[in-house]
Amino acid sequence: MKTENQRAWWFIVPVLALVAFNALIPLMTVVNYSVQETFGNNVFFWHGVGWFEDVLRSPRFHAALGRQLLFTGIILLIEIPLGVAIALAMPRKGPWVSVCLVLMALPLLIPWNVVGAMWNIFALPDIGLMGWTLNAIGFDFNYTQQPLSAWFTMVLMDVWHWTSLVVLLAYAGLSSIPDAYYQAAKIDGARPWAVFRYIQLPKMKRVLTIAVLLRFMDSFNIYTEISVLTGGGPGNSTTLLSIDLVKIALGQFDLGPAAAMSLIYFAMTLLFSWVFYTVMTRDEPQ
Amino acid sequence: MARITLQNLRHSYLANPTSDADYALKEIDIEWKDGGAYALLGPSGCGKSTLLNIISGLTIPSEGRILFDDRDVTRLAPTERNIAQVFQFPVIYDTMTVYDNLAFPLRNRGVPEAQVDKRVRTVAEMLELDAMLGQRAAGLSPDGKQKISMGRGLVREDVAVIMFDEPLTVIDPHLKWELRSKLKELHQRIRVTMIYVTHDQTEALTFADQVVVMQDGVVVQIGSPVDLFERPGHTFVGHFIGSPGMNVLPVELRDGAAFFAGAHVATANRGPGSGAAEIGVRPEFVALADAGLPAEVLRIADLGRHRVVEALTGGRRVNVVVPEDRQVALGPVHLAFDPAQTRIYVDGWLAGAAA
Repeated sequence: MKTENQRAWWFIVPVLALVAFNALIPLMTVVNYSVQETFGNNVFFWHGVGWFEDVLRSPRFHAALGRQLLFTGIILLIEIPLGVAIALAMPRKGPWVSVCLVLMALPLLIPWNVVGAMWNIFALPDIGLMGWTLNAIGFDFNYTQQPLSAWFTMVLMDVWHWTSLVVLLAYAGLSSIPDAYYQAAKIDGARPWAVFRYIQLPKMKRVLTIAVLLRFMDSFNIYTEISVLTGGGPGNSTTLLSIDLVKIALGQFDLGPAAAMSLIYFAMTLLFSWVFYTVMTRDEPQ
Repeated sequence: MARITLQNLRHSYLANPTSDADYALKEIDIEWKDGGAYALLGPSGCGKSTLLNIISGLTIPSEGRILFDDRDVTRLAPTERNIAQVFQFPVIYDTMTVYDNLAFPLRNRGVPEAQVDKRVRTVAEMLELDAMLGQRAAGLSPDGKQKISMGRGLVREDVAVIMFDEPLTVIDPHLKWELRSKLKELHQRIRVTMIYVTHDQTEALTFADQVVVMQDGVVVQIGSPVDLFERPGHTFVGHFIGSPGMNVLPVELRDGAAFFAGAHVATANRGPGSGAAEIGVRPEFVALADAGLPAEVLRIADLGRHRVVEALTGGRRVNVVVPEDRQVALGPVHLAFDPAQTRIYVDGWLAGAAA
């Protein structure tokens, strides 16, 4: 028998403590709120799964979830193909590689609230470059009053901010393809579409899975940029899940429903990600 | 199928080559017969892969011409040359089945599906892949994948030449032998010109009818395996082929005859007048004798079927291959060189050979 030294377990104590303080304890507080009712004075009463039932039946929640799914769907449909297309168009070697990579990385380096503020001003119909130009060429564009304009600005902002991430990941996937594959494809007489379909796309599958996952989670949880850009308006037209959640929790101070909603929200993000990842990696060897 | 002619081929990877050293290939002239099995043999970096890529059309040579039969293909793309190539690392299309992988080169060329099916099944049967045609290619072992790569090379009936670029590098030793025999067998069956690039002398000598030995971008000898072994045209060939390689000793020429450490050595050829030169003799053609060059046995290595004796004579080490049953002891001996297999080399090249 090999003697085992159990003292090594002590090394993970700091990590456990850290995780406890920044994840477990806050999460358990939320769980705590989600099953209790309060009428003030810091007195709480057991409420069972009442809040969960309320949230799941609430038309307001359904509307926010619908907007959220629409937003995430739209940006994934734009950012993934666009990112792949840009990555394919980027040079493989030479001095322009680093220029392109830096240009691509720039939007990712900007703080999220700054992105929101930039687009807020950029899209203003009277003084913003984009808003003014759109109006000047004949579009009736006012994102502070028209839901469609607000959605257009919101989607454009997200595409501008995050397509780069997909580009960088896809580019990394493309650079890992050995030259021999392209040479073999040439000799096999494959046309560009076949090269993309049978070599580049399969080789990018892993990084694209990661890209979709990251973009799904980030866009599903998006708060900062939209909060700064539209604050959820006009009306409730851009009130996505996280914005609605903050309104309930901090605006109305309904801690119970807000806690129940965040747990449902969390579970949905987890569930979608898990299902997607499992499906994408299902038929891989090993 | 085609005869392949390389005329005055030179290639440099630099834009403006100035000296000979800038060329990866220096002046190549070769003619390969239709349906032959050829090997390009040389150490890493000798230019053999460059030469292969020039023939396949992946690289355009700086100077010179390539003819397939009488057609100048120097500037044609790989697809227009009608060639097939198998690479060092297996290239397979992961998402396709084995069947679709093999069918890919044919389908890209618009071959009717009935004919595709016939060819794929024939090739799969030759390579013993028929049992796995329906499997996803990504799940196969490395040798299975390399068989698919080879299969894609063999599946087109009309190719001018099939080229192999060190195809057995990633294959386990015990499967190498099998795949190599398979390849040789396939060549005898389909009689397509095949060019096999390798740095492994065993692979080259067992596969090819004619071996092209290269060093530093120059072809040093073209010959059958027997030629290369028994009549090396250059000391490099002597070194590179054979295990251990040929013994090369410095000699002084007097009227065309070789003198080593003051003693005359009988040789098969004569040198040009006088001056410094070298003699080369393979360890297989050196014997331990009662008379001859005095030497000292330093080391004896037992290789199973024979022994390699390392002896010191005139300050130089000489390897001698002796049969397993011959008794050898450390200490003084005499070495006898077989005069018919001892040759004079000047500047590395065999003296008196046609340049």
